[in-house]
Amino acid sequence: MSLTDDRAALDQWYTLGALRDFPVGAETPSRLLGEDLTVRRLSDGVEVRAAGRTLPVRTDYGHLWTSFGTPEHALFALPESQEPDRRWIHCGPVRVRASGLRLVENFLDLAHFPYVHTDILGSEAHPEVAKYEVEQRRDVDELWATKCEFYQPKAAAASDEGQISKYMYRVVSPFNVMLYKTPPTAPDRWDVIALFVQPLDEAVSVAHAFMLVIDETSTDAELSAFQQMIFVQDKIVLENQRPSLLPLQPGRETPTRADLSSVLYRRWLKEKQLRFGTEPRTDLQSTDLPNA
Amino acid sequence: MPKLYDYVLSGSCYKVRLLLGMLGIAHETQAVDFFPGREHKRPEFLALNPLGQLPVLEDDGLVLRDAQAILCHLANKHDTSGNWLPRDDRFGPVMLWLSFAGGELMAISGARMIAMLNYPGDLVALQAKARTALRLLDDHLADRAQAGGLWLVGPTPTIADIATFPYVALSHDAGIGHEDYPAINLWQRQVRKLPGFVGMPGVPDYF
Ligand SMILES: N[C@@H](CCC(=O)N[C@@H](CS)C(=O)NCC(=O)O)C(=O)O
Ligand SMILES: [Fe+2]
Repeated sequence: MSLTDDRAALDQWYTLGALRDFPVGAETPSRLLGEDLTVRRLSDGVEVRAAGRTLPVRTDYGHLWTSFGTPEHALFALPESQEPDRRWIHCGPVRVRASGLRLVENFLDLAHFPYVHTDILGSEAHPEVAKYEVEQRRDVDELWATKCEFYQPKAAAASDEGQISKYMYRVVSPFNVMLYKTPPTAPDRWDVIALFVQPLDEAVSVAHAFMLVIDETSTDAELSAFQQMIFVQDKIVLENQRPSLLPLQPGRETPTRADLSSVLYRRWLKEKQLRFGTEPRTDLQSTDLPNA
Repeated sequence: MPKLYDYVLSGSCYKVRLLLGMLGIAHETQAVDFFPGREHKRPEFLALNPLGQLPVLEDDGLVLRDAQAILCHLANKHDTSGNWLPRDDRFGPVMLWLSFAGGELMAISGARMIAMLNYPGDLVALQAKARTALRLLDDHLADRAQAGGLWLVGPTPTIADIATFPYVALSHDAGIGHEDYPAINLWQRQVRKLPGFVGMPGVPDYF
C-alpha cells in the first residue's frame, strides 16, 4: 500500500507518538496513511520525512504531530494542559488491526461499557444510556456530546466505590478524540482522556492513549495500567468487528451502536468526504459527490 | 501476605493471578509500569529480579522470579488438596508441561509484544514457532480427550493447566486464531469454568 490520495485524510494533523519516545539523535521509522516515514529527533527540533520530502511538525501536548497536507484548522486547543496539578500520563502506543475510525467510534460509545468493561466502567444491572446532547461546533469544526451520565462500578484507578460519572465527548478531527469525565476525588472538575489514533493503513492503527488527570494517590503505573486494561478490552472487540472498515453507505450496517454521537460522527465524516478507513461505497455514481 | 509485582497486560503475571484466584490466596499487588515505562529494567526492579522480567513474588522474605517457579511455590505452600501440584506419578508430567509453558509456548509472548506493542523482532518466525507449540498441545489434549481426560495431566486441574492457559488464550493478540485447535478450545472452556477463574484483557470470553 502507498500513500492515500484522500484529500480529507491528508489535510489533518496526526500524532506519531509521545515526544519522549523519540530519543534525541535517533532515527525512528514510522508510518501514516499507507506511507513509511522517518522521524529524526535533533537537539533543537524534530524532522519528519516521507519519500524525500519534509513534512510539517508540531510538538504540542507532549506529542509529535505531522501532516501530509495542509490542515484547514490549527491543532486543537487543550487548555487543561496548562493546569499545574494535572498528571500527564502517556499510556503507550498499542497496535490494533482495525480502521482508526472504528476506534474513534467505539471510544464515543457509552452503551458498550456494561458488556465490554463489565464491573469496571459499567455493570450489566445498569445498561441504560440516558439521553444526552450532541452538537457540531462549526467555528472550531468539532463534534461534542454533552450531559452524558453513566453508573460506573470502578470509574478510575483511584475509585473505591461506584459512582455516576458525568461525561463529555469531543471529536477534534476524524482520528483524534477525547473525553472529559468526573474524577473520583474531584467531582467538580473534569479528567481528560484522549485517544489519538495514528492510522498506519486503512485497517491497521496505532492507538495513543493520553490522560491529563486529577489524582493525588495512584502511581503512574496504576493510572496507566487502568487505561491499558480498558483499551485492550476494546481491542479484542475492535479486531473482531466486521467489516473492519467503517461503512458509511446508508443501510450497510445495522445501527446497533448507531446512537446519537455515532450518527453525528458518520455524518460529519461523509460531509468531509473522508474515505481512508471507510468501506468503499457502491451507492455513489462516480460523478456524484458524497454529501451529508 | 504474598506480594505480586504485576502488570495488567502480562500473560506471565496472569498465570500467577489465576492461581491466586483459584486457591483464594489473600495477597497484595504492586503495579509495575512495564509499558511504556520499562520500569522492570530500572535499578530498583533489577534488584528484585536481575533478569528484568515480570512476574516477581515476595512471600515471607522469599523473592521469587519466574511464573512457573511461583506457581510451584504457591501450590506447595497453600494448596491443601495436594492436587494442584501432585507428588505422585503425575509430578513428572506436570513439570514437563510447566517447562513447555515457560519455554516453547513463550513464542506467543514474543510474537504478541511485536504485533501489539511494536517491539523489535521477527514476527513471522515467532508465529511459526508458536503454531508448532500449539499443534503439539492440541494433539496432546486430543489424546487426553479420547481417553476421557479434560486436563493436561491426570483427573484434576493442576498448575500445568494454569501455566499453559494464559498465552494460549492470548494468541489472538499475536495474530494467531484458535480455529485450528479444537481440542485446545474444549480445554479452554473447562479452564474458564473453574471456581475462582479470573479473566484478563485480551482473553476472549466467547467460548
Ligand atoms: N521465565 C519468565 C519469563 C517471563 C516473561 O517473559 N515476562 C515478560 C513479561 S510477560 C517480561 O518481563 N519481559 C521482559 C524481558 O524479558 O525483558 C517467566 O516465565 O516468568
Ligand atoms: Fe471500551
